[in-house]
Parts: sequence; structure tokens; C-alpha cells
Amino acid sequence: MNTLLLPVRLFQSLSLSGRIGLLISLFWLLMALFGTQLAPHNVEDIGGGPMLGGMTSANVLGTDYLGRDILSRILYGAKFSIGLALTAALCASIIGTLLALLAAVAGRWLEELLGRVNDALLVLPGKVLSLMIVAVFGSSLPMLILTAIFTYWPGAFRIAFAMASSLRNMDYVRASRLRGESRWYVAIHDILPNMVHPMLTDFGLRFVYIVLLLSGLSFLGLGVQPPYADWGTLVRENLQGLFNGSPAVLMPAVAIASLTIGANLFIDSLQQMRPLTLAKEGA
Amino acid sequence: MNVTPHTAMPVIAVENLRVTAQTDKGEEIDLVSDIRFTVQKGEVLALIGESGSGKTTIAMALMGYARHGCRIADGNIHMAGTDVRSLSPGQLREFRGNKVAYIAQSAAASFNPGMRILDQVIEPVVIHGTMKRKDAKQKAIALFRELALPNPDTIGDRFPHQVSGGQLQRLMTAMALIGDPDVVILDEPTTALDVTTQVEVLKAFRRVVAQRGVTAIYVSHDLAVVAQMADRILVLLRGQMAEYGTTERLIGAPQAEYTKLLMDAARQKERPSSWTCADADMQPLMEVRDLSAGYGPRDSNGQQKIRILEDINLKLWKGQAIGIIGESGSGKTTLAHAIAGLNAPSHGHILFNGHYINGDMHKRPDNELRRIQYVFQMADTALNPAHSVEQILTRPLVLFHGLKGAALKARLHQLLDLVKLPRTVLWRRPWALSGGQKQRVNLARALAAEPDLILCDEVTSALDTVVAAAVLDLISELRRELGLSVLFISHDMHAVRAVCDDIVVMKSGKIVTQIARADYDKPTSELYFERLKRAVPELRQGWLDEHEEVLKAE
Repeated sequence: MNTLLLPVRLFQSLSLSGRIGLLISLFWLLMALFGTQLAPHNVEDIGGGPMLGGMTSANVLGTDYLGRDILSRILYGAKFSIGLALTAALCASIIGTLLALLAAVAGRWLEELLGRVNDALLVLPGKVLSLMIVAVFGSSLPMLILTAIFTYWPGAFRIAFAMASSLRNMDYVRASRLRGESRWYVAIHDILPNMVHPMLTDFGLRFVYIVLLLSGLSFLGLGVQPPYADWGTLVRENLQGLFNGSPAVLMPAVAIASLTIGANLFIDSLQQMRPLTLAKEGA
Repeated sequence: MNVTPHTAMPVIAVENLRVTAQTDKGEEIDLVSDIRFTVQKGEVLALIGESGSGKTTIAMALMGYARHGCRIADGNIHMAGTDVRSLSPGQLREFRGNKVAYIAQSAAASFNPGMRILDQVIEPVVIHGTMKRKDAKQKAIALFRELALPNPDTIGDRFPHQVSGGQLQRLMTAMALIGDPDVVILDEPTTALDVTTQVEVLKAFRRVVAQRGVTAIYVSHDLAVVAQMADRILVLLRGQMAEYGTTERLIGAPQAEYTKLLMDAARQKERPSSWTCADADMQPLMEVRDLSAGYGPRDSNGQQKIRILEDINLKLWKGQAIGIIGESGSGKTTLAHAIAGLNAPSHGHILFNGHYINGDMHKRPDNELRRIQYVFQMADTALNPAHSVEQILTRPLVLFHGLKGAALKARLHQLLDLVKLPRTVLWRRPWALSGGQKQRVNLARALAAEPDLILCDEVTSALDTVVAAAVLDLISELRRELGLSVLFISHDMHAVRAVCDDIVVMKSGKIVTQIARADYDKPTSELYFERLKRAVPELRQGWLDEHEEVLKAE
């Protein structure tokens, strides 16, 4: 019963802006999963409507520069934008955090090694690095994810390591060490829980960066390949519609903005969340 | 503004003061309410109470200031002929620099580390344009002299990190006094200082207050200090006035229940000891032999670059409590760290139960780790904020004793009873506990290991007097019930004397002397200990004068 109610309690413990953010994020997550079934038109239906057409009852969000339905294109694109960016951001944050924990507890040698490798990666400009990777290995979906992870884990590592190295000098870590706890216990039980919230915030930021990176790569024609398109590509290919205010360029931009703002609202409110376990007190 | 105060008119008159704060839900709650007092010219009024009782809130309200989210909701504040609540922000700014000055608790945090001291001291008058730079400098130097600062002519050219804490506190006083304010507000000005420094600062304060005839508000939690400084005392309890009267009456015949409690706590009666001097042939529980320790890289002889401890010899018998006392920087905590194994000694040995134990905790077996437990100074940082009290206490029980299920639960409850905490705290996290409760959890975690020896590092220094007294009671009780040996580290002579059988005095990393509690009052040949002993404020009026006379006689 208690575990069943957990999502409800999680929702109740969030602030108003957090609830809005959670709803927006959930909406886009559902769209990423089921968007292709919901799309009213075929994405490859070139010339199905007017070029850069306005909002009509047939094409709710207008049509793009080849006359394709924008709503359908966005729904198809959700899979790429969210799936790619979310996977890459999650992996980058988790890799960065875990390596930072390892560096913080494993001792001087590994700490130095990981730190210097990280420094070396940090000085490489991200966009150019990813361009090079795509140029060498070609553009496929797994490759894009790997590129984004490779570009963004060093930043996550830096932040996580800064936090872990200040947390490892806290008295409660000393108390654990004096108890003879293993390094893993210290890392997982003492350090990790206290850096989760800042790392979540960092994850939100990283997610936005990766959406932008993938959009940028698509803009250069190195990202998701036609006929499919992520949201960044949609903005880019309909850029000519900007001058007459076509919804074809505005709507994908709104989609990117709402997703990033929603995700960040949710993550920020996690930090001020009221504790879930308060109800147990009466027991 | 230019009303000449009548001689009978008090300099400060506060009526029905109420300061409220807004909660997250938008409700207003009272921080302090129904505060009324008057202070005549040249008088010192002390505000005393535990943390959270509203001392600082009242002091701030006198200057027309309320912290973010708070507001002065009601009441009249008349100060130096001004109705503080009617002033506009601009007028308030003028008022604050000229008529009233504030001396904060931590002078080290209040000075700008990047500016020379003299420039900062004369800043108030230069900013308000009431004095020329050159005149201000001369006046500042005169004030330095009055406050008995060394090298008054040149000390202002230094940066804040180049003078000691006590000097900085006096320099801050000079900054407050340079504009000749009518009222000075001192907010716990000596709390962060060592006792010997505190005496000097207190003397300087009192001399200046008497000579210049300033009216002062002295905020403190230390009744013994207040007894030396104040003419009147206002005792606060949870934002309400508990008692208000002259120092003489309050200390001689306290009326309110809470004041009596405060007095008892400040007097620090000696707790009975369960330990009797052992036979000479019995083995000590722990023995420290020729121990040296320090920080930094080691040279070829194993000596560390920065040496803190040198040639420490100490014996501790089973059930005994030894107090280690010394000023900050004397190496007390380093000694405790060395015994616990946090800082491996560069020289010397530690014997525990007749066996040599390794200086590095990583090389000690579990059983040795279990038998020596460390209780950290700040319960805030010693308890993991991500864990509930249950998790914190369960871990050592599982790790050292392998307890499970019902036995674990029973032991948890037993531990909570031992440190007198209700069972409901089990599910709380440390930040939902009060300071005293946190320190009890901290103790309970050490006790969970069933140790032979606990190292208490300044366990009461972050607590209020009444709460600290309760923790001291608890420690003596645990000694009696469990036969624990205690190494009690503190800078507070009262606390050490209250719980310990022997007192070890440390200075610059060496043990100066060791004295049995019974011999505390007897004069010793050890000058440093005598000086330390005499610097501890006593809870009676006139102690500070006596202290001064004794020094003069020498």
C-alpha cells in the first residue's frame, strides 16, 4: 500500500512549480514513447499541404517548407530529441559521478590519473571534438549518444569531484572511517547521498546542453539523418519561415523550450522537497 | 532629531516590542513579544538567554533592523532621543553610523581581509563625513591606546590576519567607538575567544564604557561574563521576558524558575566521580608514551614538517575521566586524533590494555577500533544529514555486534533511553533535531560500539549553558553506569572541572602539568595553570576588579 502511494506522495510533496515541471516532463516522455502512433499525418508526406502553411484544422500546427505536417514531425522528433538527449545526459552524469566517487575514495594515484585525464578532455572544445568523432566514425544513433557522453562527462566529473572531495573531509566521514568502514561504504552511504541534489541540478543543465549540441550537429547535417528529424533540425530546416512568422519554426522551438524549462523546474523543486518519510513518525 | 535628552530621560526606552517572522505558509509567528526595558545614560544592560531566545533579534530591532523575512510588528523604540520606528531608510542609515554602533560576535568575519585595519576603523566617520581623515586617524590611534592594544601607532597599518583574535575584537570596538555613538550594542563579543584573551577584552570594554560614559547593550549567553559587565540584566526565554532586574538582585536572589536554572548551569557544580585512585601495580587502560605528532610531509627521520605535539606522556585508568584543557592551538584535538588513529604519530607509542596499538587506524583491527570511540565537536557535521537517526545508530550495532531484528530494535531503544531521547527521534534526520539532541545522538553512536574509552572533543562548546550542563550530567552518569573511561577535551575550565578526575593542562603542544580535581583550589607552582585558572570568570559581581588587582599586585 505504501509503495503504491509513493508516486502520489512524491507529487504532493513538490512545490507548485515542481508539479508543473513534472507534468510537462511526463507529457514529453509519453510523447517520446507513443508519439509516432498519435501523429495524424505521415512524416514523409512531401507536398501534403501548402509550403510553410499556417495553422488549419487539417494541419493543427501548420506545415513545413516541404508541406509536411509539423505536429507529426514534432511527435516523431520527440523520440530523437528526448531519447537521445536523455540517454546521453543520464549516462554522462552517472559516469561523471561514479568516477568522481572512485577518485575521491580510491587514493592519491587514481585521483591524480583521473583528474589529469579529465583536464585533458576539458580543454578540447566540445563542438569540434564531436564534429571530429562524427566525421571519423560516421553518424548513427548510438554514435551520436556516445559522442554526447564523451563530450559532457568531464564537466559532470569536475563538479562531482569538487563536491566529493569536500564531503570526504566531513566529520561524519571521519566517524565512518574510525568505525573501520570500507571505502565503498563511505562512498555510497556517506558521500553520494549528500551530493545527489546538486548533481541532479547539474544533470538538468547537462540535458539542456546536450539537446543543444544535438540540434547543432543536426544543423550542420551531422546529426539525425533525413527523413527523420529531431527538434533542432526542425528549427533549422524551417528557418526561412521565420520572416513571415510561420508556426513551422516557432513550434519546434516551443517544444525545446518547454521541455528544458519543465525538466529544470522539476529538478529544482526536488531540492526543496518536503521529506517523504515524515508520515512514518506516527508509527 | 535635535532634542536634548533630559537627564531623567532614559537613553533607551523600549515598550511592547514585537518582532514577527513569516513562515512558509504565510502565517506570522512572534519571534519576540512584550519586551519592555529602559536604560539610563552610562548604564549597561545585558540581554541573556539561550540561542533562539531572541537576544540578537532585540539588539537588531534597536537599530531599526529586522532580518530578511522578519519585521518589527509592534512597539515603541526610543533611542538617544529618536523614535527609531519612524525613521526613513535614509535617516536610519545616518542614525546607525552616528548614534548607535554594533560590535558583532566574530570580529574575524566582520573585517575585510583585503584592507588595512586603520582604514576600516575610520571608515564610519569618513563615510558619514563627520570627521576629516587626518583627525580620524589620530582619534583612532588614541582609541587603540585606550583599549590597551600593543603598538597603537602602527597596529592600524596591519591587515586583519596579522593580529590575534582578541586584538581584532578590540579593534572592532575602536571602530564602533570612533563616531562617539550614544549607544553601543555588543553581540557576544567574547564568545569566540580563549579565557585569558577574554579577560583582557572584557577589561578593555569596561574601561572604555566607564570613561566615555556610553550606554551599552551587552548580548551574551554567559552569565558569569555578564555579571562583570552589566548594571541590569534582562533574561529571555523563547522570545519572552523571563526576568528583568539589577545585576545584584538577579544574581543574589533570582525569582524566575528559568533564571535559577541558568544560575545552576553557570555554577557548574562538581559531578561525583565513580572512580577511585587505582593501586599502583594495576595496569592503566591506556598509556601514551613520548608521543609526537604533526602535519605535513615527513623527513627521513619520520618527523613531520609542522610539529604540533611533543613528548606527550599520559596514563588513563579504567573508569577514569581526564580533562585536557588549553587555549586554541595548544594541540588538544591533535592529541585526540593521534589516540584515535586519525593522525598517525611521528614518534612514540600508544598502549591500550597493555598492548601496543598501531598509530594508523587503517591498520587497527576492528576490535581495537570498537574500543576507542571518538565524539566529535560539532554534532552538525558529525552526523550524516542524509541518514535518519535510526540508520546512524544501527550501523555500528550491525558492524561491531552483528545485531539483527528484535535484538537490534531492543538495543536501539536501550541506547535512546541511555542518552534520554524519546523513541520518536529514530525516524528524524539530524537537521530536524535541536543542538542538544544532536549531541546526544552523537554520544549514542559512540556508545553503540560499547567502547572502553570515549574521546570527547569539545562536546559542549557549541551548546547553550543549560543544555551543556545536561550533557555533562549525562556523561558523568554514563561513566557511573557503564564504567567508561573518558578523555574530555575542552577549553572550558568549568566543564572540565565538573566531570573530570584529573586535569591535564596543555600549552604549545606540551603537557604543562597534571592536577587532580581535589587539588584544583590549592595553589600550584605552575604559573600558566594559575593564569588560566584565574582567567575563568566567576559568577559574582566584582570578580573582574579582583582579577585586575591581583595582577597589579604581582
